[in-house]
Amino acid sequence: MTLDMIVFLVLAAVAVASAIGMLLSRNAIYAALYLVMNFMSVAIFYLLLGAPFIALSQVTVYAGAIMVLFLFVVMLLGTEALVPTGVLPYQRNTAFVLGGLLVVEIGYWIWRGAMTGLIPLPSSELNSMESVQAMSKMLFSQYLLPFEVTSVLLLVAMIGAIILTIRQKGERG
Amino acid sequence: MVPVSYYLAISGILFTLGAMGVLIRRNALVIFMSIELMLNAGNLAFVAFARMHNTFSGQLFVFFVMTVAAAEVAVGLALIVAIFRTKNSINVDQMSSLKG
Repeated sequence: MTLDMIVFLVLAAVAVASAIGMLLSRNAIYAALYLVMNFMSVAIFYLLLGAPFIALSQVTVYAGAIMVLFLFVVMLLGTEALVPTGVLPYQRNTAFVLGGLLVVEIGYWIWRGAMTGLIPLPSSELNSMESVQAMSKMLFSQYLLPFEVTSVLLLVAMIGAIILTIRQKGERG
Repeated sequence: MVPVSYYLAISGILFTLGAMGVLIRRNALVIFMSIELMLNAGNLAFVAFARMHNTFSGQLFVFFVMTVAAAEVAVGLALIVAIFRTKNSINVDQMSSLKG
């Protein structure tokens, strides 16, 4: 067992455990913190896969900006814990059955792929700085149009969020 | 090196956990977090395949998915705040009426 494999297995355990913790925690703030832990372990997966730029944007964008937004809204609304209403009593069991089916299905196809021979990942010829350079060259040449469209998308989201939460004159609350 | 199937397996498990979160939880915010978890699992598969084929397209796609996720969270949380103002709750079971 190589060092890579040990790191991978430990990280996999952390990622799955934190995802389950998010799923089961009653308090929304704990769920958000578990999710931060999950995002950090996935960021280290990206580093193992030789994608340092993606790993760092994962930390800044997901674990930083998005989760801060989540925590801010949770605390703003003051709805950390919900009283269970139990409108659909069979829903939980159905969800477990469907989730089990999904994991079996995904597992079956990955197992079939693995039967044709485990593909070891090729070692990258580029060191990490060179890979960031090559990626940015590709982003600003081949993917320039999607990149510009992304900026429009972010602008629209920003305006949309403001319009949705702005209070009309005379509206109470 | 770790085979690519292992990364796909972990991605599949995380995706399933996210889908179950959407089905089980009733808190709209936690449902949103579960959606983020599913997007993240997809991103992990993208990066694993990009590494397998030694190309950067997969990583660039993850970059775009991240921006779309950020936009989605901004609009979604604004919607949740607007719903909370009218209903005083973010339990999705109570969001059952139009024009409520």
